[in-house]
Amino acid sequence: MNQTSDVIIIGAGVIGAATAYFATQQGLTVTVLDKGLPASGTSSACEGNILVSDKELGPELELTRYSLGVWHGDLAEHKKLWEFESKGGIIVASRESSLTSLERVMAAQASYGVVVEKLDPDALRQAEPNITPDALGGASYPEDCQVQPMLVAAHLVRLATEAGARFVADTAVTGFLRAGKRVTGVTTTRGDFAAGAVVNCTGTWAGELAALAGVDVPVLPRRGFVMVTEPLPPMVHHKVYAAEYIDNVGSSDAGLQASPVVEGTPSGSILIGSTRERVGFDRTVSIDALRLLAQNATALFPFLAEVKAIRHYHGFRPYCPDHLPVIGHDERAPGLWHAAGHEGAGIGLSAGTGKLLAQALAGMTPDLDVSPFTPARFGEQARNTSHREEATA
Amino acid sequence: MSTKAQRGAGGPAAAEQPGSPQETVTISFDGRPLTAAPGQSIGSALVAQGIVAWRSTRKGARPRGLFCGIGICFDCLLTVDGATNQRACLVEVCEGMQIEGSCTPDDGSRA
Amino acid sequence: MNDTTTGRTERADVAIVGAGPAGLAAAVAAAESGAAVVLVDAAAQPGGQFWRHRPEGIVQERDGRGHHGWKTYLDLRARFDAGRERGQITYLPGLQVWMAEKDDAGFTLRTTPTVAGPVGGPAVAARRLILSPGGYDRQLPVPGWDLPGVMAAGGIQAFLKGNGSLPGRRFVIAGTGPFLLPVAAGIAEAGGQVVAVLESSSPAAWLPHLGAAAGVPEKALEGAEYAAVFARHRIPYRTRNVVTEVLGSGSRGSSRVTAVRSAKVDAKGKVRPGTERGYADVDVVGFGWGFTPQMELPLSLGAETRLDADGSLVGVVNERQESSVPGLFLAGEVTGVGGAKLAVLEGLAAGAAAAVRDDAARAAPGLHAMARHRRFAEAMHRAHPVPAGWQEWLTPATVVCRCEEVTAGQITEAREMLEARDARTIKSFTRAGMGWCQGRVCGFAAACLGQGPAAPPSAESLSSAARRPLAAPVGIGELAALEPSDS
Repeated sequence: MNQTSDVIIIGAGVIGAATAYFATQQGLTVTVLDKGLPASGTSSACEGNILVSDKELGPELELTRYSLGVWHGDLAEHKKLWEFESKGGIIVASRESSLTSLERVMAAQASYGVVVEKLDPDALRQAEPNITPDALGGASYPEDCQVQPMLVAAHLVRLATEAGARFVADTAVTGFLRAGKRVTGVTTTRGDFAAGAVVNCTGTWAGELAALAGVDVPVLPRRGFVMVTEPLPPMVHHKVYAAEYIDNVGSSDAGLQASPVVEGTPSGSILIGSTRERVGFDRTVSIDALRLLAQNATALFPFLAEVKAIRHYHGFRPYCPDHLPVIGHDERAPGLWHAAGHEGAGIGLSAGTGKLLAQALAGMTPDLDVSPFTPARFGEQARNTSHREEATA
Repeated sequence: MSTKAQRGAGGPAAAEQPGSPQETVTISFDGRPLTAAPGQSIGSALVAQGIVAWRSTRKGARPRGLFCGIGICFDCLLTVDGATNQRACLVEVCEGMQIEGSCTPDDGSRA
Repeated sequence: MNDTTTGRTERADVAIVGAGPAGLAAAVAAAESGAAVVLVDAAAQPGGQFWRHRPEGIVQERDGRGHHGWKTYLDLRARFDAGRERGQITYLPGLQVWMAEKDDAGFTLRTTPTVAGPVGGPAVAARRLILSPGGYDRQLPVPGWDLPGVMAAGGIQAFLKGNGSLPGRRFVIAGTGPFLLPVAAGIAEAGGQVVAVLESSSPAAWLPHLGAAAGVPEKALEGAEYAAVFARHRIPYRTRNVVTEVLGSGSRGSSRVTAVRSAKVDAKGKVRPGTERGYADVDVVGFGWGFTPQMELPLSLGAETRLDADGSLVGVVNERQESSVPGLFLAGEVTGVGGAKLAVLEGLAAGAAAAVRDDAARAAPGLHAMARHRRFAEAMHRAHPVPAGWQEWLTPATVVCRCEEVTAGQITEAREMLEARDARTIKSFTRAGMGWCQGRVCGFAAACLGQGPAAPPSAESLSSAARRPLAAPVGIGELAALEPSDS
């Protein structure tokens, strides 16, 4: 048996790293386990978005706004470590119909306290001189930010370990230690680890891990391709995307979709995202995905037709059927907690998720009501009979 | 410097080629007319004139020219007849070619 | 010279990537076995790096001066041209493959023009695929190696072969391996002055391996030729010597190479104090530490790989040159760096095997000769290792990734503070390998630095450095114009 801690966090992506960081801030003893190294999964295959602009009204927007406050508050002193950039987002409408829906969304978001400003065609061209001449107008979201997500995860793990947490790499969890129903630790490829609480921060793999504890957490992978251009002088100044993006985020269509999301980066490369398709963990490169990304990006920024792509990458966004993350204690397996399923918003939501979860782990009432994200919404029953017998034995 | 490099460029391997055509092509580099030999790469034409760097790096503004010489490293990028980021080690000179380096980093002038 | 310029799909029995010794031989063998062949190559004319020559429309190189095996080239070239005339070989020069796909019907290659052109490249579809993309000089960073005037040793040779001229006047050639010899000899024969050749290994390292070398007598002859050239031009060949710093002059924005500092090293590459010396008035430094095979296409198709004796990641093949992926054949440096003669033999074997429809067909020709060349190559690799102590030559400010200007200090920090320890995590945390060249130049060094000085990089780390989802930059306009797939 390895050393016992208050909390075991499984997964050193941004969610696990943020949870570890804030848990140590709460004075808890923390062990972080990862099957590889920090930021080896979805955190290293995304765009590093911290967005309010694409959120629907409801609990996710509340969590977003809370998390934004954590990025700017608790984590402000570390901004430079992860290239925090308040670049601002712009949504562009190129059709009358999408302009109308954009205006409707803007009004709703504004009533909720989101800072958003309508851009007429002239203002839009001033903000993004290289935008398509077809653009009819847009909306500016100055609160939208970006970080380098791998650096967020790696530095939060480092800061947590400097504050006393223990990080154990290359350690895959193979099962759970139980005392009756209660989860008391994990079995791993490097022995057993005991703890008062075990937090499942395994992102796209959260469902598989939960199944080891006999509970159903329906987190599924949604594949997304992102294309990267040659380094260029600044040509795209914000995170720019099309009004259709909002509809796509909430969509449950399994087929290949691509909404143009184009943004410059400090390195000079332009990121072109992002496709969404449900193909399990298939890593086959899709010509159709690349073609759609290219077509949509050049429709938004025609100059990109003459620019070269130098690489692309893809990741698997963890999502739940109701498109809300799973955050909180799992009553079905007491001692087990989850923080996963943040879909395309995990980087932005990580800071808030980590802080709220740490408060709950420390026995405090979290700053924000996390009950909309409760694992209990997936049903009361434990997943498989055999395990239930074992748990009650 | 340029005379030294020219001496290298006019070495025996070049001079002794039987049937080598003697005519030259004229290209321009950053607006300056330069003479080059037909079939030469842009990189070789520039080096023959003593120009060994034609790009500045984005971060440190360090000078760069030829390195791998075979299209792998992309250090020798320049603009050829308006086409940006072409590899000087691979593109052959031709008459009237307009070549631009980028010795000031990211000046935002390219379209 | 180009057989097609449109954006259509070229179909064939056998597709080949690369027109160097292996690719040319493969095309000839496949065509002579009756297959319809499409050969795609990045260069404007056949020959690869080894037989790179001046533009045929300008200069006819009949005598092959400065080339080795030129007769072999002329023979393969004549058979290649005859294949084209018979309509059996479709030759597509000036195109880079940016992606290779496999499905039930075979392989599809997506291409893009090497130099800017008005249209994109065609797709190539074939039942069998032979990859012979060759390799390039392996590099180790050293202070000052990003100054203008520092080149890959192979880059100097390519410059000479392709242009008939030299990129400077006074040269220092450094690194390790037998390839430094022809580079230096070529410079001297073309009228340049080779101030010194600095070889980090020692000839004594050859002795235990001479038995293997003896099986390849032509290599001994080659060695004798170089010895004569070195003697004639009084080229100093200094073993157990390395360049510890390249010095430049001029302001930061216009500096260039002017001198070199060197030192003697022990068998582990550790600098021996008090042995430092300088070489002044140097305008070109050429570095080569062996070769790195171009592995992105084999990796993207899922071919099994291994670490070769030189520490390079290479593809695993059977005696027909077939990889672990059925229908995918590898020939030349991607199966292990072994030189042009071996590459030709492998190309011939791959071409013949790929052309045959029945998988149970005849054994490849030339197996014994291939085995001899591989033994010799392995002996050379063992005699010319990358010195274990090279990381000590760096300062924290030394640029490792030339594209993204990532320093050794940044990489060390990522390793020590952020748990980075392979090429992938180094890249994630520092951007080393994320730039234009996608880690082709710094990938090996970054993998070494991630591992730390104690051990050479693992196959896994090198594999993550060599994975390039786009095997070449491709225009976004070209991608937008792709045909939708059938499915």
